[in-house]
Amino acid sequence: MNEQNRVYIKNKVSFLELKVPAFTSAAGIVLILLIWESVCRLGWVSPLYLPAPTAILLAAWDMIVQGELHANILASLYRIILGYIIGGMVGILVGLLLGFSKWADSIGTPIVYSIYPIPKIALLPLIILWLGIGELPKVAIIALGVFFPVVINTFSGVKNVDPMLIKAAVTFGSNRLNIIRKVLLPGSLPMIFAGLKLAAGTSLLLLVAAEMIAAKEGIGAMVLHYGNLMITTKLMVGVVVLSLLGLLFNRLLQWAESKLLPWK
Amino acid sequence: MRVVIDRVHKSFTDSKGKEVVALKDISFTIEKEEFVVLVGPSGCGKSTLLNIVGGLLSPTSGSVYFEGLEGKKEPNLGIVFQEIALFPWRTVYQNVVFGLEERGVSKKQQAEIARKYIDMVGLTGFESAYPKQLSGGMKQRAGIARALAIQPDLLLMDEPFSALDAQTRTIMQEELLSIWNQTRLSTLYVTHNIHEAVYLADRVIVLSRHPGQIKSIIHIDLPKFGRDRDEYRLKYEEYADQIWQLIRHDAQEALKEG
Repeated sequence: MNEQNRVYIKNKVSFLELKVPAFTSAAGIVLILLIWESVCRLGWVSPLYLPAPTAILLAAWDMIVQGELHANILASLYRIILGYIIGGMVGILVGLLLGFSKWADSIGTPIVYSIYPIPKIALLPLIILWLGIGELPKVAIIALGVFFPVVINTFSGVKNVDPMLIKAAVTFGSNRLNIIRKVLLPGSLPMIFAGLKLAAGTSLLLLVAAEMIAAKEGIGAMVLHYGNLMITTKLMVGVVVLSLLGLLFNRLLQWAESKLLPWK
Repeated sequence: MRVVIDRVHKSFTDSKGKEVVALKDISFTIEKEEFVVLVGPSGCGKSTLLNIVGGLLSPTSGSVYFEGLEGKKEPNLGIVFQEIALFPWRTVYQNVVFGLEERGVSKKQQAEIARKYIDMVGLTGFESAYPKQLSGGMKQRAGIARALAIQPDLLLMDEPFSALDAQTRTIMQEELLSIWNQTRLSTLYVTHNIHEAVYLADRVIVLSRHPGQIKSIIHIDLPKFGRDRDEYRLKYEEYADQIWQLIRHDAQEALKEG
């Protein structure tokens, strides 16, 4: 045969396996920052409305040197971590119980579902009335906001555990407690993590809202304060810190997930 | 020690509220070191029966009991599931020791027993693999090791190889025989595969369907090992054919119902 008559078959789905170089992920962000910076430098927008990234960085450096930034960050971290842990733990426990016990399910699920749709921030005035104006109401509102997505996800996680595995555990001698500990908890862990990730966003939202309404310290209070003073650069520092906090939160959860779910 | 299945009867109510008899008047015994195979067409209730014997389902009437258990209150039951039912979050080793953990066996002893049975099923080297990383045959080996590790008084196997391809299945049957030879456990084995039944069983219990009842109990009068050798081929096929003739009509009916 003549070589020129050959028609070679090409892989028509090679786009599915396309490798993208690692730096492209960073390139998008860098590009946005560059455009932002040049728009500000060219004076197309007033720095009052949109300060340049470099100006924000300088302001941040100032606030770090003066110790203002970490005082606020620490106050916020304390509230969000405490609230998140309490809400998450109680949520997982209650979710396991609701999923495991038909009685608890029958009594508790309607209660959970009727409180769930209430925007938690609407409860803040009430909680302040109950718990005073200290740290407690802010921690409580975050815990409450975290509790619900975690409870509901844990519950459906437990319901989705293969009954075959429960049967297997029972035949190998597991009692009720061990079924929860060794089968239902690990089996619903993927769903629990989905709930925890959902709750991470909610907790950040509630943190800022609560701090704007009722706090002297914290990122939320800081953002509101500089907003009122129209010091936009310092306001933007707060916003950037929140974005970084969210990213960090997500990374931590991803790391914990990969550690706890090696079998996935 | 023997296991007695005594006039077991099981009925369900279907979605239309009609009563369906799944098992009717099932009585037989499993003797010490006996390998009993339940075979029947789909829908004959053989898995239901195995679940009742395994304590995972209550009979409507009748009972299952152990006779002559020495100084024990509760018999140990090792179950190998059709769905394998390994805990996906546990490694092979952790799965195998599960029943030992629940019995409060010391860590050191767990390791010893696990090593023995992991070796017996040919999984040495895969102790720290997760089920997801194993092939179907390997998974079921782990399932078998987990059931053996608790040194059960009765081993129950519910179509353990039905999800495997034909070649793996043949190998697993051979290995099961050699494992059985080392453990000599009383075994109740459920299958719909007639050749598998004749290959493994001391006695084959043939069930019919609608309602599921014992149609015939056939002693397989062949040496336990090497049934696939040429000299037994004829006898082997005769048994298989005898069972097939018993099941054939029911199997065709089952096919029509889908």
